[in-house]
Amino acid sequence: MRAPWTDQQAERRLGAVACLVGLAVLAMVAFVAVKAWPSLAHNHGVAWLGPGGNPDTQLGAMIKTGQHPPAAAYHLRAWPLVYGTLLTSGLAVVAGLGFSLAASIFIVEFAPAPLRAIVVPAIRLLAAVPSVIYGLIGILVLAPFVGRHLITEQRRHSLAYVVQLDGTSLLVAAVVLTVMITPIMIAIVVDALRAIPPAWTEGAAALGANRWEVAWTVSVRAARPAIVAAAVLACARSLGEAVMISMVSGSRAFAPNLLDGVSFVFEPVRSLAATMVESADAINAPAVKSSIYAFALLLLLSSLALSIGGYIAKLPLRRQGMRV
Amino acid sequence: VAVALGPSRRRSDSVLRWRIRHQLAFALCWSAGLALCAIAVAIVGFMAYKGAQYLRPALLVEHPQPGLDQAQTGGFLDPILGTALLTVIAILVATPIAVGTAVWIVEYGRPRWLARVIESAIEVVAGTPDIVIAIFGLAIFQLPLLAPLSFTASGGGVFGRSFFAAGAMMSLIALPMVYGSTREGLLAIPARMREASWALGKTRICTIREVLLPQVRRNVATGATLGMGRIVGDTAVVVILLGASLQLDPEGNVPGVNVLRGTGATLTTYVYNTSPAGEGNAPQKAYAAAVVLLAIVLVLNGAVALIGRRS
Repeated sequence: MRAPWTDQQAERRLGAVACLVGLAVLAMVAFVAVKAWPSLAHNHGVAWLGPGGNPDTQLGAMIKTGQHPPAAAYHLRAWPLVYGTLLTSGLAVVAGLGFSLAASIFIVEFAPAPLRAIVVPAIRLLAAVPSVIYGLIGILVLAPFVGRHLITEQRRHSLAYVVQLDGTSLLVAAVVLTVMITPIMIAIVVDALRAIPPAWTEGAAALGANRWEVAWTVSVRAARPAIVAAAVLACARSLGEAVMISMVSGSRAFAPNLLDGVSFVFEPVRSLAATMVESADAINAPAVKSSIYAFALLLLLSSLALSIGGYIAKLPLRRQGMRV
Repeated sequence: VAVALGPSRRRSDSVLRWRIRHQLAFALCWSAGLALCAIAVAIVGFMAYKGAQYLRPALLVEHPQPGLDQAQTGGFLDPILGTALLTVIAILVATPIAVGTAVWIVEYGRPRWLARVIESAIEVVAGTPDIVIAIFGLAIFQLPLLAPLSFTASGGGVFGRSFFAAGAMMSLIALPMVYGSTREGLLAIPARMREASWALGKTRICTIREVLLPQVRRNVATGATLGMGRIVGDTAVVVILLGASLQLDPEGNVPGVNVLRGTGATLTTYVYNTSPAGEGNAPQKAYAAAVVLLAIVLVLNGAVALIGRRS
């Protein structure tokens, strides 16, 4: 029989297991950065982010450059993809913020208990639905609906020489993404609203404020840091959403043009993460591979920054002694 | 007239007597809450309807076949097996590591700075997009050292794609959930439990094994189930690290291990590839597989609620 662990052995062994996780994160940053380096180095760093040409054709050209590509083969200007990522996430977070704030106030302040027992599981369900199912509903239901009923023939013709409008669009991507991130935000905001000391809300009510005024002027104001944190974390989540966006957004490295007026929202986009999933087939071409790792590095660093941002945003709540 | 005792605020605070602006805001909150319910019901209802339309029992036991006609592309037995296999591998890797880490952080946690670094590392893993974790896994499993664990081309090129690779990276996705849940459980155990055990002469590790771990079993189960939900629903890791091939594609000739070294698909990639966004455009098959996928996720969700309610 094995001798039981002594305390010292146990502490060391469990500590080693814990260190594995830390090592994994270090390795992740290191590997991705090293693999991304050729792409960033051959594109002069910041220019890599800038506009200039179509990333689809640029990535396509890289496939043909063989196993030992020359420096020029790494040419990439990722702006349409970065812009697509910012647009989809930005729109979804702005829409989701209002939506989730209203829903959170409803859950905490207004909903009768039996109704709350239905709403809360429903929201948990929305959070659990896999992104590929959202994508499937987006591409088979919402996109055809938008293509058939919301995009007029006239609009389609006016842009026929620039881009084809078929329904898969920025609009569908942003709407589906909103539904996906709203549950995440609600979870954080509801926690914060519940943690408000009852004395504060009761005090406001005693002064004659009605329930809406109590919720809005006391609870929501006190929970403001949590609302910021929710927005930041939802942003991190939506930056990394790859599969759903790749299914419903038209999947073309096109930069929607604000000058097109309303047609803007019907134009196709593609985010960085979606591009990574779709380029996975071509990953054995070194130039494509390095570009994909460069996208990964950008996503990794932004999600890292957003995680830290979310933590900082919540600090004021912690200082007041709320556990969030 | 009876004097209102207790919670009389509701009676005097009738919405009908509020200012119109406040009434509008009130209505907005209600509609947001109800809209979310409606969306959830619509998604489940729609998928159930599509399932009734397209899901046939035969689909669950037939191998998928390549083909242009939806009537001839077979079922999705391989993706179901792939989902099951991948989930089992990933959760078997993730659970011991996550529980060990949680125990170390809560019960030992010295030096303090190291514990803090590891806690933040887990936060970072939780916040990293799955696609980035997948691409990181590709970099690791393409190392020549790990070549025996994955699909290798005839020319010796290492693709880094296998159940091993995908399972290892999926465990990273499930890890924060198991860790968080176990940690909560350990923190909730009152200090007197530990002190009583120490007073009886038990060592720390013996206390952990015989007093603390049995008490957090339920938390570990909750975390593992939540993690399984994430693994089952993840697509990006499978597309990049499992190859998303149509059938299970064993590599080598050691039975059992060859499947783990080979490529395959899961329900998520099957849905992705049969949707109009993928190569084989077969929406009926996509709907049918998506219904099965949703059912699995709902069952896992229900299990979490059930485990939570018993405690």
